[in-house]
Amino acid sequence: MTGPLLGRPLALRSLSRAMFVGFVRDRAALVFSILIPVLFLVLFGSIYKSTSAAKISVIEVGRVALLDQAQAAAPAQLGRIMTVAHSTDLAASLDAVRKGTDDAVVQQRGRTLVVRYSIADQTTAGIVQAVFSSIVQQADAAAAGRTDGYQLATSQVEDKSLQPIQYIAPGLLGWAIASGGAFGAAITLVGWRQTKLLRRLRLAPVSVGSVVLARVGLSLVLALVQLAVFLAIATLPYFGLRLSADWWMAIPVVLCGTLAFMSIGLLVGSVSTSQQAATAIANVIILPMAFLGGAFVPLDFAPAWLRDVSYAMPLRYLVTGMQNVMARGEGAASALPAIGILLGLAAVLTLVSVRAFRWDAV
Amino acid sequence: MVTTMPTAISVRGLRKSYGPVVAVGGVSFDVELGEFFGILGPNGAGKTTTLEIVEGLRAADDGELSVLGLAPWPRNPELLPRIGVQLQASSFFERLTAREQIRTFASLYGVPARRADQMLETVGLTDSGAVRAEKLSGGQAQRLSIACALVHDPELVFMDEPTGALDPQARRNLWDLLRQINADGRTVVLTTHHMDEAETLCDRVAIMDHGEILKLGAPAALVRDIDSPVRISIESGQLTAADARFPGVGDVADDGVSLTIATREPAPVLAGLAGRRALAGLRVQGATLEDVFLDLTGREYRA
Repeated sequence: MTGPLLGRPLALRSLSRAMFVGFVRDRAALVFSILIPVLFLVLFGSIYKSTSAAKISVIEVGRVALLDQAQAAAPAQLGRIMTVAHSTDLAASLDAVRKGTDDAVVQQRGRTLVVRYSIADQTTAGIVQAVFSSIVQQADAAAAGRTDGYQLATSQVEDKSLQPIQYIAPGLLGWAIASGGAFGAAITLVGWRQTKLLRRLRLAPVSVGSVVLARVGLSLVLALVQLAVFLAIATLPYFGLRLSADWWMAIPVVLCGTLAFMSIGLLVGSVSTSQQAATAIANVIILPMAFLGGAFVPLDFAPAWLRDVSYAMPLRYLVTGMQNVMARGEGAASALPAIGILLGLAAVLTLVSVRAFRWDAV
Repeated sequence: MVTTMPTAISVRGLRKSYGPVVAVGGVSFDVELGEFFGILGPNGAGKTTTLEIVEGLRAADDGELSVLGLAPWPRNPELLPRIGVQLQASSFFERLTAREQIRTFASLYGVPARRADQMLETVGLTDSGAVRAEKLSGGQAQRLSIACALVHDPELVFMDEPTGALDPQARRNLWDLLRQINADGRTVVLTTHHMDEAETLCDRVAIMDHGEILKLGAPAALVRDIDSPVRISIESGQLTAADARFPGVGDVADDGVSLTIATREPAPVLAGLAGRRALAGLRVQGATLEDVFLDLTGREYRA
């Protein structure tokens, strides 16, 4: 009649329903797990939305006679559409383009104008191409017949730079999922211990597995809802998140991240004696992690020490795992290390929690 | 099939210590099937630990224990559907209505929703079925909590302070419900601080303190056993204190409202008062279970 782990399927179903209904009726939980992260997304997404710059910023590496002539010929016209900086360091200049600090690097090799730009912002990329092809055409026209003509060679920088929305969306989503999982598990555990519901369930012929599974199921569903809402909003044309081909791989990353952060919450709930204490401890863990793990501060732009620290933050793996497959266009397999680390963390912390677990407050 | 009628609960030499603190120090008692059994004692007497061990929530250090013929520890899935435990009136799922609560608990035992609704009716909560548990009054929440403990029709029911913090009407209403539960053939084990509650409901009570059972028996028998005077009081002004010193009278006190006579032989005193037509406002108070309790556990306040 009862299986050893799960007990009656009816029990699991009704526990799941009870928890789900209870959660949906909890306006505060809905606000904190969905509405506030979405507000952050809309807010930061709008603030950092890449506005196509009125001017493109170009780094001239070495001497580029063609560009210098064009500037000398029509200083006012070119000055309106571009700013030119000079540099001798090609690597540093390409890096600046990769990070989006500048828009293009230009060099001249004989009669060839070599232009490298980023496709992160396609509008800017288009302007860069148009501007330089018109410079080359004008130079050709001016030297009509006398020379063999100039050539334009354009190429993208090895582009891994991201549009703001491409790190804001996975970052905030990672934070929302981490908070939802950790707080959900911690507060539920402490609350049920305080009201003795935990004891009441222990006295019913229902397996611990069903109780845990029902609560885990609720958190997984919540995380998928968070993912769906975030994707729906971030991919709106206004925010312009373009999903990579293997974005679906974000789903297992989200599920494993939820398990990892629920296990953190479980440990917090096991050692806390009140919901206030559980909330405080979970905050102390999650909030700094949001800054140190790349959720609030994109790691691409973070100082080296922060990037080093981030490796110790579980949230890093959730955020970068999602980023790689959703925004960076990396293959599905790129998420596997993150999934492995998150699942490993979940397993270890769950084992520790089981040791620290108490059925009763006393 | 069953050779001997098993007792509902049989406890022999139960012991439990927490480090150096002895919570239960060798307790033995039996509860018969169909009995209404009370466990009384001040806070820290060991009654909660005893009950938790009997319910299967804790392991005993030592002793023999059988509940409905089964061992409750380790967690015994065969026993759980046969016992019902009423905990605090707050042991509910958050934000579920009364009807949703009891239906959820019912389904944990494989009991259909129809039966859950009947139980809601039994405890008089049908009209409040759509009210969330947090919004129920104290008495309603207490009745819901009892209904949730009874929804799977257990043979043995444990009640922990079921009428704590209820107003007198709600208490009496709940007592009727508890009597009915017992009259239906269920064995009920009750812990309470309220002596009047134990006296009116319980067939037998065990008075515990310092981890031991000090006295066990029917409340009336326990009361009779203590050598306590009867207090007879009448309105002041009918008789002087000196006139009230009938044969066999102990203390006599007049506080201006009542003249109170303590005696171990009430009959001649009552006859004497009747003879002097001094019966206005007559009250005769024998010892109560509270006297037994205080006699056994001491009157000093324990913080």
